Amino acid sequence: MSATINSITPIGGNAGKGAYHVSERGYYGEFGGAFIPEMLYPNVEELRQKYLEVMSEPSFKQEFNKLLKDYVGRPSPLYFAKRMSEKYETRIYLKREDLNHTGAHKINNTIGQILMARRLGKTRIIAETGAGQHGVATATVCALTGMECVVYMGEIDIARQAPNVARMKMLGAEVRPALSGSRTLKDATNEAIRDWINNPVDTHYIIGSAIGPHPYPDMVTRFQSVISEEIRAQLLEQEGRENPDYVVACIGGGSNAAGTFYHFLDEEDVNIIAVEAAGKGIDSGESAATSVLGHQGIIHGCRTLLMQTEDGQITEPYSISAGLDYPGVGPMHAHLFKSGRAEFKAITDSDAMKAGLQLCQLEGIIPAIESSHALAVFEHQKFGKDDIVVVALSGRGDKDLNTYIDYFSL
Amino acid sequence: MTTNRIHQKLQEDKKILSIYFTAGYPRLEDTVSIIENLQNSGVDMLEIGLPFSDPLADGPTIQESSTQALKNGMTTNELFKQLKDIRNSVHIPLIIMGYFNPIMQYGVEAFCAKCAEIGIDGLIVPDLPVDVYEEDYKSLFEKYGLANIFLITPQTPDERIRYIDSVSDGFIYMVSSASVTGAKSTFGDVQKQYFERIHSLQLKNPQIVGFGISNADTFETATNRAKGAIIGSAFIKFLNEKGIDAIPEFVQSIR
Repeated sequence: MSATINSITPIGGNAGKGAYHVSERGYYGEFGGAFIPEMLYPNVEELRQKYLEVMSEPSFKQEFNKLLKDYVGRPSPLYFAKRMSEKYETRIYLKREDLNHTGAHKINNTIGQILMARRLGKTRIIAETGAGQHGVATATVCALTGMECVVYMGEIDIARQAPNVARMKMLGAEVRPALSGSRTLKDATNEAIRDWINNPVDTHYIIGSAIGPHPYPDMVTRFQSVISEEIRAQLLEQEGRENPDYVVACIGGGSNAAGTFYHFLDEEDVNIIAVEAAGKGIDSGESAATSVLGHQGIIHGCRTLLMQTEDGQITEPYSISAGLDYPGVGPMHAHLFKSGRAEFKAITDSDAMKAGLQLCQLEGIIPAIESSHALAVFEHQKFGKDDIVVVALSGRGDKDLNTYIDYFSL
Repeated sequence: MTTNRIHQKLQEDKKILSIYFTAGYPRLEDTVSIIENLQNSGVDMLEIGLPFSDPLADGPTIQESSTQALKNGMTTNELFKQLKDIRNSVHIPLIIMGYFNPIMQYGVEAFCAKCAEIGIDGLIVPDLPVDVYEEDYKSLFEKYGLANIFLITPQTPDERIRYIDSVSDGFIYMVSSASVTGAKSTFGDVQKQYFERIHSLQLKNPQIVGFGISNADTFETATNRAKGAIIGSAFIKFLNEKGIDAIPEFVQSIR
């Protein structure tokens, strides 16, 4: 690399030296890489060669930061949850990603990737979505920039997430049903990958989580790393220190967790807790707790932990929360788990639902059910009176109202 | 460099017709009779698809056949069991085409060893990239005498094609166009130019064209410059409609 590029820092910083960051070849320890059919090689390779350079350009960073500020509404508040802190006798801060435009952290990544796609000269955007949050965030930035947008969504998810399907359509996106396999998120991802194979020249694929072939996990993590960057600055202002004692985030594929953990990865005094969805219980056969139930394998272009049969067929996970309902975790998280850097916990549907309702009543905030999993950690772990615990409130609960209504017979 | 049935077949002075089918489809127990029927109908080489839950390089026809095969109970062990005595009746080259995850779970070395024991000649693993293969698995494949076949596409730069050619052993699988399997019914000028371009590179490995070959016309165009062609989706559709007994009819319609 030339001296001029060296002196410029990409979004997320030059942190990529520590043991928990991605290597030159795209690995986090033994996880990661790019296990892709040759048909995808030119696209993925182009991205790999250019993403850090583009993310280092002052004009790119300026445009990204301006949109995050004026359009998304960042910085999102770091809110001291007083009543919750009193209840659990510790110091709880909530990182309010739920207050972002479109209601979740997903928009941080789609803003970054749409600008990336433009720099690469792409004119057409594809994305996968499960519950529809990433689909809406993608459709939003496509409307913002006037790009053609196709979102793949499992046929079953289309039926159960009608409001988000309507939102995407209003925003001008075409929602294409994934009819293959189990017709949910993993199949929507397969369909998006097939679309990219069929449209290799004009199309950019905006992956919504910290998964996929290198450089996607690192790129998505860097765009989301604004979360932990802000936490440090906000904590310094409010507590006089940059590092909390704990950071807690829910994890499906792991994009909000990756962003929440990123600037603390090399800060060994910060304990990292990742909360998976146990569904109806780890041993129930209906769960999404990948760190417990998964084995090393290949999913959607990377080597990571994933839920599969003994024979290597990928299985369908279950969680009441559609955003945690993914059979793998991002390769960075697999490495954090395997190395012991992060502690993984699994929270059941019922514990998450209770924690969600409790946040409504203690703090006046209706959380997304994904985020409720992270909030449930306080029922399972006792923190010290003076400990500072930052929880990522990754999204708001509007999209989950029907689930809350059914569950609590409201 | 291994010498097996693939290399011998490629020495023959003819255009190679290779057929892909999904093991365990339409019925679990059909695998061996499909292989025997195809051989007896004059097909030169076979690709046996090991079904996978998430075949991301495949179009709807092969996806559906894979889903059905898995429902039928096809597994890696079951396939090896079915193929145990295949060399008693079948002498044409046999290649297993499968995604990397099931192979990884079986154990790459154990998988290679089993293939060698049965008499499989090569593997096509579309999501095992050439650089990972070269670094981690090439010596294993060689130890068990297995050819590993890589894909190239119209978007693959010449330099990378030469790299793939240098690592390949057997033939190069030329994907006809930017698409998943099963997409086209005719070839246009763009494909023809691509076939010419690859021919002009004078690679050490012969090329066999796949994806979008469905009839005599596309077979003829594809093999004008290449050594042979592979038919997958069109055969699976035929099998679905007409059944195993009609296989000779399909093969005769191609050449």
